[in-house]
Amino acid sequence: MNTEKKELAVAALRSGTVIDHIPAAVLFEVAKLLQLENSTCMLTIGNNLPSKTQGLKGIIKVADTTFPEAVMNRIALLAPEANVNVIENYEVVEKRRVELPDTLINVVRCHNPKCITNNEPMSTRFVVIERNPVKIRCSYCGQVH
Amino acid sequence: MEHKSLVSIDSLSKEEILRILRAAQYFEQNPNQKILDGKIVATLFFEPSTRTRLSFETAVQRLGGRVIGFSDPAATSTSKGETLKDTIKMVSNYADLIVMRHYLEGAAQYATEVTDIPIVNAGDGANQHPSQTLLDLYSLYKTQGTLENLTITMVGDLKYGRTVHSLLMAMRHFNPTFRFVACEELRMPEVYRRFCEKNNIPFTEHTDFNQAVIDTSDIIYMTRVQRERFSDIMEYEKVKDLYTLRNSMLETSRPNLRILHPLPRVNEINRDVDDNPKAYYFQQAGNGLFARQAIICRALGIELPVK
Ligand SMILES: [Zn+2]
Repeated sequence: MNTEKKELAVAALRSGTVIDHIPAAVLFEVAKLLQLENSTCMLTIGNNLPSKTQGLKGIIKVADTTFPEAVMNRIALLAPEANVNVIENYEVVEKRRVELPDTLINVVRCHNPKCITNNEPMSTRFVVIERNPVKIRCSYCGQVH
Repeated sequence: MEHKSLVSIDSLSKEEILRILRAAQYFEQNPNQKILDGKIVATLFFEPSTRTRLSFETAVQRLGGRVIGFSDPAATSTSKGETLKDTIKMVSNYADLIVMRHYLEGAAQYATEVTDIPIVNAGDGANQHPSQTLLDLYSLYKTQGTLENLTITMVGDLKYGRTVHSLLMAMRHFNPTFRFVACEELRMPEVYRRFCEKNNIPFTEHTDFNQAVIDTSDIIYMTRVQRERFSDIMEYEKVKDLYTLRNSMLETSRPNLRILHPLPRVNEINRDVDDNPKAYYFQQAGNGLFARQAIICRALGIELPVK
């Protein structure tokens, strides 16, 4: 019953992106990463919805928008279990889990103020050293986040 | 001709470490040679460190190379806001090798990514200082005849001491046993204790620098305990003398024991230890020259008559 309703809601989006299975606690962080506050597209944010697998979850639907790979990588850091559905003409044309790559280039900033990446106009680079929970190491200063 | 940057000690395999140490031994026997004839080495010290710079520059000049560079970043365009990338690219037009020290962590790694000439890291903030580790390893190798199966006691500031962390990690290839002697506030960080466990390196921790620890050590590696490291000055006053080595403490120590210290020391090694033949810290600093000659030749891909 519940899932039927949800699928209907997804299908109701003519085109755009639906990000589902976001843990409720990080929903607004994800929204911030997507820079939704600047979006003029039609968007729906739901939170604290019951989920069979993860307690309370959130969902974000944005019309007429797709997000670049790098943004999806950032979401993978916050919500590794999230699902991304790309909708075109009321149909899901792409359904996948966000995936954390082995190396994150220009995805996050280093927390170390004495790191070269915070003092030089350059890209950051992190290597994923553990996935659950996520641990990443700065390729420059070596700090683990 | 293969050339290789040296940014961190972790990037060296056991075989590469041993090759550098054999080359250092070769240079100790033949310190003056013309093998860098026509080569120009730039020493870029974005942060002053006279000791390290003199050691590198002597290493180049004893091998017949020439040195350009700066020892005071205030005199360069870095102080006018030039990026590190631009400085490295500019110097790369002139030099065959860059030896650099920088106050920012990761600066040497970044330098390797913006130039085709080799980079030797002479210290990047609190991060890496591989030539110090290699001279420490050479000092162990030379005084003990091997790096294998040594019992190494590290004393003092084990929390912030970059040299002890790098030495610990480099020794993972050589089956060491460690003793960590420090007060609670300057204890060896968990990440390094976990590193030991993961690599099956036995270690014990002690808050008191006792005779039993001294008498079963092959190497005692002393470090400076600095007042600034303490959140509570009373705590510093309480512990500052607990980790001081005195000559009388060495009476029953092993004949092969040697005392190391990265220098400069304050008062953690009493002056009365200096004349003991087991005191090795001044020779240790001198070994830096040979280790750095070996590092420079490796970086420039110069073949040496040693394996
Ligand atoms: Zn960093």
